[in-house]
Amino acid sequence: MTTLSRPTRLPARRGPRRGDRAFAAGTRWAGIAIVSLLVGIAIVLAVESWPAWRAFGTGLLTGTTWDPTRDIYGAVPFIVGTLATAFIAVVIAAPVGLLTAIYLAEFADRRLATPLTFTIELLAAIPSVVLGLWGIFVLAPLLRDTLDAFVIAALGWIPLFAGPSYGFGVSTAGVILAIMILPTIVSIGREVLRSVPAAQREAMYGLGATRWEVATRAVLPYARSGVVGAVILGLGRALGETLAVTMVIGNTDAIPTSVFSQGQSIASKIAVTFNESTGLQSESLVGLGLILLAMTLLLNAAARLLVARTARGPRR
Amino acid sequence: MTITSPRRLGALALVAAVAVGACGGGATAAPSASSEPGASPAQTGAAGPAVPSGTVSLTGAGATFPAPLYQVWFEQFGTIHPNIKIDYQAIGSGGGIKNITSQTVDFGASDAPMKDDEIAALPAGTKILHVPTALGAVVVIFNVPGLTDLKLDGPTTAGIFLGTITKWNDPAIAALNPGVTLPASDVVVVHRSDGSGTTNAFTAYLAAVSDAWKGGPGVGKDVQWPTGIGAKGNDGVAAATKQTSGAIGYVELQYAAQAGLATAALKNADGAFVQGSVDGVTAAADAAAASFPADFRQDPIINGPGAATYPIASFTFLLLYVDQKDQAKGQALIALVYWALTDGQALEKGLGYAPLPAAVQAKAIAALHTITFGGAPIWPE
Repeated sequence: MTTLSRPTRLPARRGPRRGDRAFAAGTRWAGIAIVSLLVGIAIVLAVESWPAWRAFGTGLLTGTTWDPTRDIYGAVPFIVGTLATAFIAVVIAAPVGLLTAIYLAEFADRRLATPLTFTIELLAAIPSVVLGLWGIFVLAPLLRDTLDAFVIAALGWIPLFAGPSYGFGVSTAGVILAIMILPTIVSIGREVLRSVPAAQREAMYGLGATRWEVATRAVLPYARSGVVGAVILGLGRALGETLAVTMVIGNTDAIPTSVFSQGQSIASKIAVTFNESTGLQSESLVGLGLILLAMTLLLNAAARLLVARTARGPRR
Repeated sequence: MTITSPRRLGALALVAAVAVGACGGGATAAPSASSEPGASPAQTGAAGPAVPSGTVSLTGAGATFPAPLYQVWFEQFGTIHPNIKIDYQAIGSGGGIKNITSQTVDFGASDAPMKDDEIAALPAGTKILHVPTALGAVVVIFNVPGLTDLKLDGPTTAGIFLGTITKWNDPAIAALNPGVTLPASDVVVVHRSDGSGTTNAFTAYLAAVSDAWKGGPGVGKDVQWPTGIGAKGNDGVAAATKQTSGAIGYVELQYAAQAGLATAALKNADGAFVQGSVDGVTAAADAAAASFPADFRQDPIINGPGAATYPIASFTFLLLYVDQKDQAKGQALIALVYWALTDGQALEKGLGYAPLPAAVQAKAIAALHTITFGGAPIWPE
């Protein structure tokens, strides 16, 4: 981000300088290795999916049909499914996660905050297959009979909320993903808020502000970029999560028309069908992988831009 | 669990030997004496294939549907011939074909026979022998509160899976089930989300009975489903069906019983309503045996003739290289498959599979003679 000014040269000492150089080289190679790993993955995906791109051109990206019988493959249903589930997850998890983080960092008694943080972090340790099973046997029927039924009765006239709901669909996958990304948002959000210097808070208290005012006017704006970062990390996990999504999304290769429709995400589609696929279908699935990688990189870049913008923003 | 103990299996195998000897003796190439379990090459004489004496390890990969059967077979064969180690990975039929194409395994397994373009994709000069090992049935399962008996015919089943029949009390369903009270609830279709031989057999049935299906989703291991919820694996479909009131799905026979779900009786070519069962599948296989293709690439047997025939039956295959690169491995492989086709057949029924009809079994055993090493047959006739 910022280049440090060259430090004033210390008196020459042999031993440590050689060590320094070796250390610097080591760090540089580690950095290069990670970048080349990413580039390597992208290249392999591009090469392996090349026949599919040659067959469909951009149609692989913009096609709305996925028909293995006729060997026609288009990614749109899965792109929509991926974005829709990730969006629902963030819409649910971001407010809940940030409120929890603010509570833990600003309001909670320390004796309560520590076990609470620990419990939330335990949530991240639940394997996704376990969450998926819980989704099939508990969450899907529960949502179908309660929340989904209520929303369909109240808002069903809007196509986006049209029924029926079978429990398995985009919305249930979104809820499962929200649960999965919540610990990320809470724990990073809490760390970010706690790292706000005490002076920032004390100055605000000094002006006679309430705790609410301190949290919303002094702490949150200061930590804005970190908070956005926490949500972005959550989003990244939501985009790539596979197993739990597979188990509750309903696995339908069509563009979902309602939040209760069955859908399919890119990661889930690859995981479920790759083993049994041959020829053009398998190459198109690798193409899906490339699209997912590109989507993740683009979203991350966009989020970084957003963070940079807001961090430099005029409001203070 | 006692059924899987070696001693019990040995007893079963002995019964098998007698059964095979009794019913298939005339038709099979091998005399019944060779079916004796644990028989050494010396005892089997010229008829049974020789078993190599050195340590041989075989690796195979493919279909998940016959995996429970293969596991028992390979364990049992390993007890008889401890010097032969067999490792089978149930990665799916597509994976089996991929591995046999890239020559990373000694044998593959697939529920659907290899398609022409898959055979064309094999390395030059490589020939694959399809060996049928067992048969399975695809059954229609449903979960409708209060409904235990359901009769369906082809067009109605296709209508349900096409999404044109959306209510359980649809006149088409009601007409087939006189006297049964059908609820006015939604029909929720549950299908496989992963590519599968089960889907291949089921869509072959739907295409055979419905032009709309044939011209629409078509036949394959993975198709574009017009409606419904996708779930992974037979157990996934069974779970989703069990969880969803009004659901209808399709699974391999043994999974319906495991999940405790009711199965629909399907109308067969003779107009009789038949529940999916091992006997119904064997009847279908017997009827189809006469027209078994020379290269063994038998597609699912749909709507076979006979009053007891269940309309959706399909073979599962082992895929073997006709030209073996290693003589000992080739010998071990032939001995294994020969054993599976003879003694191994008796283990099938208990595990929910239908054994091969005698005529197909004889053809499969005869085909093992065509496997060569360096141009010469490994097991000459």
